[in-house]
Amino acid sequence: MNLRRDVFQAIADPTRRAILLLLTAAPSLTAGAIAANFNTARPTVSKHLQILTECELLQPQQNGREVHYQLNPKKMKEIADFIEPFRNMWDDRFNKLEMIMKQRAKKKPD
Amino acid sequence: MERKTKIHAEDGRQELTITREFDLPVELLFEAHTDAVIIEQWMGNKVLKFEAQPHGGYQFETIDPQGNILFRANGVIHSLVPNKKMIRTFEMENVPFDVQLEYLEFEAVTSETSQLTMQVVYRSVELRDQQLKMPFEYGINMAHNRLEEIVKHLK
Repeated sequence: MNLRRDVFQAIADPTRRAILLLLTAAPSLTAGAIAANFNTARPTVSKHLQILTECELLQPQQNGREVHYQLNPKKMKEIADFIEPFRNMWDDRFNKLEMIMKQRAKKKPD
Repeated sequence: MERKTKIHAEDGRQELTITREFDLPVELLFEAHTDAVIIEQWMGNKVLKFEAQPHGGYQFETIDPQGNILFRANGVIHSLVPNKKMIRTFEMENVPFDVQLEYLEFEAVTSETSQLTMQVVYRSVELRDQQLKMPFEYGINMAHNRLEEIVKHLK
């Protein structure tokens, strides 16, 4: 059993991405309403909801007999932030490129 | 300092776009991408070969002080138009990332400034996301290693 699920593993699955997308359009939905959007069996959708809840991308809320799911904005931001190191890596390289070429231009004025 | 490089990676797509404006004439920006000696200086790896011409091949390598190969990549340049564009493939050796296709466009903004647009196409959405995460995970590993070092010194 996975004790701690990886957020990125969670969003690697197309159905789970679709569920997240669905919840950006509708702020809160029941499991049944979510499942109605997919051709897959209800237990499969429940499993996806469970995984997304375990990695805290979804926040379930008990409303009487029904559970409503909504996005956890804090965790969603974490996904957006993982691109930062990739961006910084390229930015560092390009800064270096700029510096090197400026120095070369100074050395050999035409 | 503000980061000038922008990454556009749409959810669920197998490509990403890197854009950056340079305080350099487009000729110098292009030269920095086609001269083996200069590439080596800013990319931070050894350039074993860089044939700046259509059908030309290139190869990058990084070796640690013990002589182990940490990184090796190669590719073929498909099209090269001076100060305008380069289309090439890129493949890291010994890792399951498959070949990626890169479209580099060089544009003059003014006579002294230019812009690079780099569109990178991966074989699948999953491979793109893995690539995007690499520096992120590397950063985490580095932080763990640093922590281990510090803890070791405490003992």
